[in-house]
Amino acid sequence: MTQPSPVLEAWIRGIGIIAPGMPDWVRARPLLEGSLPYADGPLEPGVPDMLPAAERRRAGAVIRLAVSVAQQAVRSAAVDMTGLASVFASADGDGENVHQICLALASGNPEISPTRFHNSVQNAASGYWSIATRSHAPSTTVNGLDAVFAAGLLEAMVQSAVEARDVLLVAFDLPMPEPLHALRPIPSGCAVALVLGHASAPDALARLRLRCEAPAGGVETSMNDAALERARLANPAARALPLLAAVARHESRIVHLTLDSHAVLAVEVAPRDA
Amino acid sequence: MKPLRVSAYTAVTALGAGRSAQTSAVAELRPGLIPCDFPGAGSAGHIGRVAGLEAVRLPDALDIFDCRNHRLAWLGLHADGFIDAVRDACARHGARRVGVVVGTSTSGILTTEEGYRSRDPDTGQLPLASRFLHTHNFGALAEFVRVATGTAGPVLAISTACSSSAKAFASAARWIAAGLVDAVVVGGVDSLCGTTLHGFASLQLIAPTPCRPFDAHRDGISLGEAAAFVLVEAGPVGAGLAVLGYGESSDAHHMSAPHPEGVGAERAMRDALAAAGETRVDYVLAHGTATRNNDGVEAHAIRRVCGDACPITSVKGYTGHTLGAAGAVSAVIALGSIEHGHVPGTVNTHDVDPDCGPSIAIATRAAPVRRVLVNAFGFGGSNASLVVGVGA
Repeated sequence: MTQPSPVLEAWIRGIGIIAPGMPDWVRARPLLEGSLPYADGPLEPGVPDMLPAAERRRAGAVIRLAVSVAQQAVRSAAVDMTGLASVFASADGDGENVHQICLALASGNPEISPTRFHNSVQNAASGYWSIATRSHAPSTTVNGLDAVFAAGLLEAMVQSAVEARDVLLVAFDLPMPEPLHALRPIPSGCAVALVLGHASAPDALARLRLRCEAPAGGVETSMNDAALERARLANPAARALPLLAAVARHESRIVHLTLDSHAVLAVEVAPRDA
Repeated sequence: MKPLRVSAYTAVTALGAGRSAQTSAVAELRPGLIPCDFPGAGSAGHIGRVAGLEAVRLPDALDIFDCRNHRLAWLGLHADGFIDAVRDACARHGARRVGVVVGTSTSGILTTEEGYRSRDPDTGQLPLASRFLHTHNFGALAEFVRVATGTAGPVLAISTACSSSAKAFASAARWIAAGLVDAVVVGGVDSLCGTTLHGFASLQLIAPTPCRPFDAHRDGISLGEAAAFVLVEAGPVGAGLAVLGYGESSDAHHMSAPHPEGVGAERAMRDALAAAGETRVDYVLAHGTATRNNDGVEAHAIRRVCGDACPITSVKGYTGHTLGAAGAVSAVIALGSIEHGHVPGTVNTHDVDPDCGPSIAIATRAAPVRRVLVNAFGFGGSNASLVVGVGA
């Protein structure tokens, strides 16, 4: 009765990354390839210059990070931004904004500013992104805690395959302030964006074939380098690093990403025309 | 798209638990709103509060999830025997072929808000310990539904403000179309909390009186809370209930105000109708929140898509605006209207705003209903529309 999981296919046409010591894909690639040694460093969150200045002022650090990494990815891809659907994936959302709202509510004067309130929706980054790109294409925001990159990748690849359209995936998280940090410690910030094409294209960086499997025997793919492995575990979005490393090395390999306690994603990464 | 069979559906709202509580209130044009009595809410107009949530006890195995939102979800899963229908689907398809896609805007943030009021005076730490990830995080709802129902397929939590649970139908339809699963528990759960009660107050969007969608004197929203679930399955629809189409779009205009020409709303509706292969519906269950701005823009967009003669209605006067649950609540009420054979009236609305057009349904009217267009629009300019109906 149980059918095998289908294979979903997509082509990576653009990559954005902002992680400690990796401010963009061009500088991250040799580190992930192994041709340069990786060393941790401060997070350079980038400037979300596609956002109109007024919106940039209203956006908090998490939103700015998400828009910065998304614009890296789309600028490196020859795609029509206005037609690009998007999937935003964040484990913890805007912790600073939640903290400020909860502080206000716990005070004697529970006033929340309108901007703080509209930034409190989990899809705030998605909303700012659509404003930045003037795109009326569908955009969604998903959660999956530590597996949020896998959850977002699955959602983006299903959408790309079923609707035969290109989809932007943006995974992003920042450490939350105390006292939230004590309950949900995320050591460092990270954001990853992929432009996923539904068909092969001359500019495609890699082909992905994804299958959802039972976790039996499937161990999540880790990084060989100890510093990169620490980086992978330091943020939910950084769970993308093994997949990006395979792209950087032009390797054909299967990367396993934990989806949840019941499933792993087996993602076959291969050069475009493999 | 290929129609999805609706094999079970239910809701718990301020109107009560289960389909008949919703349908009978709609038939009798009976609102569910009361003057706001939610602790710490200040002057938040009227609310659609679900009675008795404070007394709900989750089973020991689910205790780590305990918060207002999951208690509400628990009530929803048990209304109309919904959880039995999910178990039956697991038995028929295999639990690994049954997924969960649910929407929420604020999840269990009320528990975090309460935690901030009782922080440790010395350390500033919150008294939430390990419960935090199982209550605060918006992904917790999807995990809760899976554990409570025993499904073993993929789960997904969507949080796009007030379109969340309408978009859950779109993701579920894609999962089934891709062959990832054979059935999906789709739903939305959102519960009252300080963030939304005070947040909408800061935007001066809360009506002092019960909300009046499309009324000439409408002056804002009434907030509510709800759990609504629909079990959708692959396979022949026959003449039964079905989800026939979905459409999604972005306004790309403003974080909390709709596009003035309703560009995104119109696009979502047209895409949903196209996916369903329909050009007309029996009525439109609008997002209809009763703010000055939203209702006018939405009504104009509906009239461009469906014409001036197509009835337009809103359920916000019955249930309040249930935010992330609103799309699923509207879908459930639309499905109930098909079974019951009526076009729901817009309760609390008496003096229709002429700018909203000639077809706002005021009284509930008996009529055969085969197709309903359902709208759910949210902050961030996130729009989703659904077509629900019966198979050919």
